[in-house]
Amino acid sequence: MHLALPVVLAALLFGIGVYGVLARRNAVLVLMAVELMLNAVNINLVAFDVWLRDTVHAGQSLTLFVIALAAAEVGIGLAIVLQVYRLRTTVAIDDLDQLAEPPQEAKR
Amino acid sequence: MIAVGWLVLALPFVAAVAGFGLRHTARRPAAVLAVSATGVATVLSIVAASATATRGPVPSANGVGLASFGALQVHAGLRLDGLAAVVAVAVCVVALLVQVYSVAYLRGDDTYPRYAAEVSLFTAAMLDVALAADLIQLLVGWEVMGICSYLLIGHYRDLPEARPAAVKAFLVTRVGDVGFLLGVLTLGAGVGSFDIGTVIARAGSLPTTTLVTACLLLLLGVVGKSAQFPLHTWLPDAMAGPTPISALIHAATMVVAGIYVVARLYPAFRVDAVPLAVLGVVAAITMLLGALAALGQDDLKRVLAWSTVSQIAYLSGALAVGAPVAAIFHLLTHAAFKALLFLAAGCVLHATGEVLMSRMGGLRRRLPLTFWTMTLGLAALVGLPPAAGFFSKDAVLGGAYEAARGHGGGPAWVGWLVLVAGLLTVVLTAAYATRLWLRTFFGPVAEPAPGQQRWTVREPCWIMTGPLVVLAAPTVLLGFAGLRPQWLPAWLGEPGVSVRPVAGMALVSLGLSAAGIAWVVLTWRRAPAADPVPAVPLLARAFYLDDVQDLLVVRPYRLLARIVTAADSGLVDGAVEGTGAGAGVLSGRLSRLQSGNVQAYATGVLAAAVVLALAAVLL
Repeated sequence: MHLALPVVLAALLFGIGVYGVLARRNAVLVLMAVELMLNAVNINLVAFDVWLRDTVHAGQSLTLFVIALAAAEVGIGLAIVLQVYRLRTTVAIDDLDQLAEPPQEAKR
Repeated sequence: MIAVGWLVLALPFVAAVAGFGLRHTARRPAAVLAVSATGVATVLSIVAASATATRGPVPSANGVGLASFGALQVHAGLRLDGLAAVVAVAVCVVALLVQVYSVAYLRGDDTYPRYAAEVSLFTAAMLDVALAADLIQLLVGWEVMGICSYLLIGHYRDLPEARPAAVKAFLVTRVGDVGFLLGVLTLGAGVGSFDIGTVIARAGSLPTTTLVTACLLLLLGVVGKSAQFPLHTWLPDAMAGPTPISALIHAATMVVAGIYVVARLYPAFRVDAVPLAVLGVVAAITMLLGALAALGQDDLKRVLAWSTVSQIAYLSGALAVGAPVAAIFHLLTHAAFKALLFLAAGCVLHATGEVLMSRMGGLRRRLPLTFWTMTLGLAALVGLPPAAGFFSKDAVLGGAYEAARGHGGGPAWVGWLVLVAGLLTVVLTAAYATRLWLRTFFGPVAEPAPGQQRWTVREPCWIMTGPLVVLAAPTVLLGFAGLRPQWLPAWLGEPGVSVRPVAGMALVSLGLSAAGIAWVVLTWRRAPAADPVPAVPLLARAFYLDDVQDLLVVRPYRLLARIVTAADSGLVDGAVEGTGAGAGVLSGRLSRLQSGNVQAYATGVLAAAVVLALAAVLL
């Protein structure tokens, strides 16, 4: 199989993930978009592992690591989203701007 | 005897230091402290003075070394000769009487302890000037007097004119003091010593330019401190202070300190004709100016203040025509009668609560003691025999006549100038003294100002009238001290000089006095309630010299100060504050990026990553 197919697929997935992270309002969907980006990376790892005929399969083992980390990350991320929802009754990211610099008058 | 001299100096100083430590409720301890210290100092000064009278100048040991500037040494020592002794006695006596008088005069004043301590400090400073053996030591006393004068003029803090008057007195005399300091330094550096004896002995060997410069600079200080034209403007305003202060500082002692210093350094001043000629011109102008201004005042104390200006000009005139003994003679009699006049004026003020003569009148019967003592003082001021002023003023005029005939050592025109101005001033003095006398004590009793109730006018208690009686004695008798050359002139170290009146000069000046008195009395008899001297704004405002000073000095100075303030707040402060404000504005702009929108941040991160990646690939 030509290398172009998995790489293009990974690029598409990563692009969708970036779009999701930057543009979606719902925090859960943002987390899912992050997962998409991670999986795009996973596809790249596996594809290059095969294409380079790596004898120790470093790419595949790294992929397993990433999957495990992604599971942990989603667990924590969803827990945070749940807490945010309990506190604020919303998970819309652009409403959660409590860390913004408050608007100021010109002062000395 | 030197130890006694040191004690005279130290006692008021210790009383001042202790007095500043007292609480403001401690009236009685403050009064006891001030009066007793000044009293003991008076007794000791009389002891020291009698020693100088019988045995001549007390030889002084080398003073205490204070500082050394290379070859120049500064000492603190005493120069106890007749001149210093008579002035010290005069200072002590007047200070003692003023301290006693103030106990009653400032009865209701809750800052009395501080006041008494300031008067004590002033007394110590003036005694330091009188007794100093070193020019720098003298300068210290000179400056302390200035600050005491400032503090005491501004004593009545609630009086709106007191504070500006104090500041004015301080600043105007300061202008002169700068010259005085430079003069002392020039003289000391030129001679190579600050010791007064050495300076006098070696002044003749100095280059003429150096000596004349030093003397003229010293004269600037004298003109400032002794309220001579053109630095006289502070003295009339200084009357905002308590009346005993006017009697002590602004009539009897501090204002004659300049005259005393010139007399002290007289051998240096008479080497060249220029300094004394300048002094003579200043004296002639000041004499007439002061007397004319005194004629136009309605405020009792201001009449006396202008009279002081005019009388001190007699002293400088006597110095200018080469008659220092006559100057010191008139200094002593003036100290006695002018202190008496001011204290009597204080009694009038205390009894009536009024300072304007137009609201007085007919006080003769209500204040008999004040009336009689003030009459004696005015007689001495006018120069009617046998009061002291007759003898001393005649000595001054006689000295001027001698100088005019070419016997004085200075140029004859200075003698003529002082003589003519002095004789004119005699007429004016008689006129303003008579006017004061008639307006205050004679005529109808003035109606109280609208809205004020009439005071019950009573003679003040004996604490205030006692000093008047005591001062009346020298006012009448002091003149006889000059009758024989063995008495006052010999005491002052000039046994060959005669200061007894000469028949011709005495007749002329008596005639002129009589003319002045007659003019005022005759005008007054036509309308006893009115002012015998027509109200001329030119005289009341003292030839508008205050306005001239305001125009020439005060306003340009204020303008300069405003420019400096503007430059300071605009440029210097502006740079500092501008830095802060600029950083604030910029950070305000930057802080708008801190929107709180996480996705906006992430977009920024992505954009930066793309830019970096492109840079890494392309560059």
